[in-house]
Amino acid sequence: MTSSSYLAPEEIAKITREYLEGKVPPKVVEESVEKLTKYSLTREELEKILQMIVEEYHSNTVDPGEPVGTVAAQSIGEPSTQMTLRTFHYAGVRELNVTLGLPRLIELVDAKKTPSTPIMYIYLEEPYKYDEAKAKEIARMIEMTKIENVARRIDIDVISGAVVIELDPAMLEDKGVTVEDVKKALEKLRSKKAKVVVSETNPYEIIVVFEEGIEPTKAVKIREKIMKIKIKGIKNINKVIVQKQGNEYVLVCEGSNLAEIMKVPGVDFKRVRTNNVKEVEEVLGIEAARTLLIEEIKDTLEQQGLDVDIRHIMLVVDAMTRYGTVKQIGRHGIAGEKPSVLARAAFEVTVKNLVDAAARGELDTLPGVAENVIVGGYIPVGTTKVKLVYNPYLR
Amino acid sequence: MVIPLGEDKVVAAIKFGILSPDEIRKMSVVTVTSTETYDEDGTPIRGSVMDPRLGAIEPGQICPVCGNTMSGCPGHFGHIELALPVINVLFVRHIYDLLRAICNKCSRVKIPSQDMERYRVYVKKLRERYPLLAKRLCEYLKRRAMKESVCPHCGAKQPKIKLEKPTTFYEIVETKERKEMIKLTPIVIRNRFANIPDDDLELIGYDPKDARPEWMILTVLPVPPTTIRPSILVETGVRSEDDLTHKLVDIVRTNERLREHLAAGAPQQIIDDLWELLQYHITTYLDNEVPGIPPAKHRSGRPLKTLAQRLKGKEGRFRGNLSGKRVDFSARTVISPDPYLSINEVGVPIDIAKILTVPERVTPWNIDELRKYILNGPYRWPGANYVITPDGRRIDLRFLSDRKSLAEKISPGWIVERHLKDGDIVLFNRQPSLHRMSMMGHIVRVLPGRTFRLHLAVCPPYNADFDGDEMNLHVPQSEEARAEARTLTLVQHHILTPRYGGMIIGAIQDYISGAYMLTSKATLLTLEDVVDLLAAAKYVGEIPEPAILSPKKYWTGKQLISMFLPPDFNYRGKASISAGRLACDDVECFWDSYVVVKKGKLLLGVLDKKSIGAEQCENLLHWLTKEYGTDYAREFMDRIFRMFIRALEKLGFTMRLDDVAIPPEAIEEVRKILEEAFVEVQDLVRKYVSGELEALPARTLEETLEIKIQEVLASARDRAGEAAAKYLDPFNYAFVMARTGARGNVLNLTQMAATLGQMTVRGERLWRGYMGRALPHFERDDLGPLARGFVVNSFYSGLSPTEMFFHAAGGREGLVDTAVRTSQSGYMQRRLINALQDLHVEYDGTVRAADGSIVQFVYGEDGVDPMKAAHHKSVNVDRIVERVIGWRL
Repeated sequence: MTSSSYLAPEEIAKITREYLEGKVPPKVVEESVEKLTKYSLTREELEKILQMIVEEYHSNTVDPGEPVGTVAAQSIGEPSTQMTLRTFHYAGVRELNVTLGLPRLIELVDAKKTPSTPIMYIYLEEPYKYDEAKAKEIARMIEMTKIENVARRIDIDVISGAVVIELDPAMLEDKGVTVEDVKKALEKLRSKKAKVVVSETNPYEIIVVFEEGIEPTKAVKIREKIMKIKIKGIKNINKVIVQKQGNEYVLVCEGSNLAEIMKVPGVDFKRVRTNNVKEVEEVLGIEAARTLLIEEIKDTLEQQGLDVDIRHIMLVVDAMTRYGTVKQIGRHGIAGEKPSVLARAAFEVTVKNLVDAAARGELDTLPGVAENVIVGGYIPVGTTKVKLVYNPYLR
Repeated sequence: MVIPLGEDKVVAAIKFGILSPDEIRKMSVVTVTSTETYDEDGTPIRGSVMDPRLGAIEPGQICPVCGNTMSGCPGHFGHIELALPVINVLFVRHIYDLLRAICNKCSRVKIPSQDMERYRVYVKKLRERYPLLAKRLCEYLKRRAMKESVCPHCGAKQPKIKLEKPTTFYEIVETKERKEMIKLTPIVIRNRFANIPDDDLELIGYDPKDARPEWMILTVLPVPPTTIRPSILVETGVRSEDDLTHKLVDIVRTNERLREHLAAGAPQQIIDDLWELLQYHITTYLDNEVPGIPPAKHRSGRPLKTLAQRLKGKEGRFRGNLSGKRVDFSARTVISPDPYLSINEVGVPIDIAKILTVPERVTPWNIDELRKYILNGPYRWPGANYVITPDGRRIDLRFLSDRKSLAEKISPGWIVERHLKDGDIVLFNRQPSLHRMSMMGHIVRVLPGRTFRLHLAVCPPYNADFDGDEMNLHVPQSEEARAEARTLTLVQHHILTPRYGGMIIGAIQDYISGAYMLTSKATLLTLEDVVDLLAAAKYVGEIPEPAILSPKKYWTGKQLISMFLPPDFNYRGKASISAGRLACDDVECFWDSYVVVKKGKLLLGVLDKKSIGAEQCENLLHWLTKEYGTDYAREFMDRIFRMFIRALEKLGFTMRLDDVAIPPEAIEEVRKILEEAFVEVQDLVRKYVSGELEALPARTLEETLEIKIQEVLASARDRAGEAAAKYLDPFNYAFVMARTGARGNVLNLTQMAATLGQMTVRGERLWRGYMGRALPHFERDDLGPLARGFVVNSFYSGLSPTEMFFHAAGGREGLVDTAVRTSQSGYMQRRLINALQDLHVEYDGTVRAADGSIVQFVYGEDGVDPMKAAHHKSVNVDRIVERVIGWRL
């Protein structure tokens, strides 16, 4: 075969587009064009390939009645038995502990309000992106610092009604806080009843004098309260680590507060990422929550070296998010809202479901699988979905 | 599915509601008043809870109500007329809500009339389209009515209602001077509820027709039939009653006493006490786990299992008897391997085959054969156990002496329940049934022996091994079930898994070793070898030209593989051994680690895990299955796998102790590497003690030290492994297994030859046990490797006593981990299945839930079945190109 009989890449692209468009999804068309142009093909070969692509696509589609839900549940449940409970730290950040594996997966399908280890990845904008010092500046600004983080000791003098706070200069410097900042923070909270003064003998000592004195019984409480006073930073951002990813600096935070972080100047709010699904749902909406949930489940499985088709994960997440809010997989979510009384009773809290159904006079029309198993009917998926009546006497 | 015409009645819907007193009386056959249950001679007393009219429970007894014997009588309800009404505990929540939602004077729901009209329309409309929303609205209205402190209808001031758990209600009447708690008797509550208008009830989500709230207060108690609470006869002749019967007797006794006292006009105090007692008995009769009251106990001190307990939980009626049932026509025994079976087959012990039966309808075509089975009888395989006559009579062949005449008598229309025989389809299952491949259809092969036999390649889907595993077998009994089993569940249809669209059935362990040994360049086969191997594959036909003609005719293993490949098959890909020094990316491969198949000829490369292994994707076997069908794949696997085993037998393949033995100089090298690491650790500890060690960001100093030490030791172990591997013969059997992916990995070899390395618990070095040390053999606060669970020895050299304990600690964690994990993931899977089981693809390609609501518009955004898709991709363009022009690339 001479090389002249091979088609030029442009020609291949053209023929491919013409042949495939409308027959297979656009994604497949683009992929075919991209890949086929790399080969040297004759016209007959190309035609044969294109024909096979169309055939392949059509033979790969799902059959009607396929119980995709059950298959998806099994495809995620089965590999989860192979997961290790151990948490590895090296998933991106060595410094932070991240919940991974089965506990994380359970957390995700449970649609927990806050994950047990919330993490944020904050990407920065131009001037801060490539400059470690500037990145650190933002890190310091957003990191939540409380009195307890910078105090060396907090003593309560019940007799004079004063609280003595001695600050740790090293910690002050590390967190980028001045004594003045601490003083301000303290004033903000108890400006009415108490006076805040910096000690004359020690510049790192702050004394809060309560005019009404301190009741000895409440001393511990007051101490606790003072320790929890926020000096600066954003709520829930507990630890910030500056990390180099590629050529840019990224802030990795323990704790998550998407709404506030996105407002911080210098933060590239389009790329900020958190692992808190509920928060994303509130701030960015259900579609974003869905995407994040898919990614998180996928990452959790992949991280354990488990191969699960994305379609299964999408189906689970779609079932969780289809009502517009993230719903749990379980009795407080999807399973608890099934229309069938029997299906709910067979899952969990049997007696309560039956009693409530009786009180409300509910009608169970047996729409699903579980209830038909109970009454001995045909389940409405798979081959029984096909209603075929066979009458051997009919001519 | 073929649904027979008008033969069966189908349950269309189930309506839930509360039994009204009238209904209870109507369905009752007896009013229970007698406290005694049996006479002296042991006959049940009429009018007691064991009244014979409640159902025939003894064999031979004829039911006085329906005239059936024990097998036919469904049992009949009786009733107890309660002297005073009693609250049904199960409904207290609803009673409490209703009491608060209605006016205490006029019994109307406390929502203004004009609002009521408006909401009534809403509720009605929502009920039709969004029942779930209607429920929510009703719930909201109820809450709103409960908040109202003045009745909008009659203007009466509403007292607060207090519920004292479990069943007592108070009204808190506040006057200027003091607060007063007035007890609301069930009579009062019942009267209030009886006056609620129907329309008001509907508004707050109750059904006035089938669940009037006043029926939540019991005036008549149904007595369930005796069939539901059978008494047990102990050998000594003592009758032991069911828990429910005990409870019912208690109720009757208290009720009768209460009635007598009421008639006699006893003081209020006594009546109240008895009333309270009746309430207690009925409460525990309904639910014996109500918080706030002591559970009713059996004489032995065991809490009684009453109505709610019967329904609840894993072994309760719902999960234990309705969602899952015990079945007939099943068998269970130990499994063992048999490489000479097809992957589609299962070996069934002859003893089991003689008990499990298949009903076969007599036709002119099988009548002779079925006659033979009848003649063989129930004890000779292949025989038959039962014959069913056209009028439905079942003849048991065990008790039939004259089988000959019966065999003569049968004609089309009869049914013979014959023994299981070769070629029957059965379902084979291993628990835990985590995915659909845990239950597959197999073709029966009746074999001698007492175990189920299965092909080794089906171990991965079942997750089975042969260390004592048992499996279950079920015989489908209807023609439809058998047809579905064959077309849907047969093993060959599950070679590909829907989880990731790859092979789950393929070569494992020895098959992989065998494939490698056979296809290796070093293997040359004589004519005898070839004939022998091909015979193992049951090949019939010509033998190809030998690869080497002179000085002697030799064939290669690759030639033999090629004989079973389709002539238009092209494939290229890496082998599993293509790693490290043996890595190859293209055709020019000295190590033979790049597999090339052109036009059905295996030209280059050895076959190993990557090409034919189980749980692999996009490999030779995967493409064969996808492109040539499961029939072809099944046959291909059956044949070549038998050949691989035969090849191993011929060539010899064994792992021995010498395979992991390293020479003294290697031992010295390993020792040196470890010593260096120990010095490094010592240095780290010194730095830590002197304060020179710098903490990693967001870590404490201690954590930093641990992390660094672990890093040092881990790398030392790896280097020691490499050093040891250098001295091992790269073609010894242990190494071959690790490289081809047949079994084990390099880490295992390292642990056998060089050193076990660091033992860990929860990712930390071992430190628990004693104060400051893990074992008493060490100094306190010794941070050194040896004191914290580093095992210097290898399995070959043997562990020291302390190392043995460390190793056990690490091993124990693994066991605990598995135990904890299985329960957690099991529950997660149950929830997932429960949430998703109704989702299915409709004819329009959408994914819908049971009620027809749409979950996805196109399944998986491209409508592609993950099992058929080539490893996530809807179409694998590269593979198609390879198929067409692979022969010339």
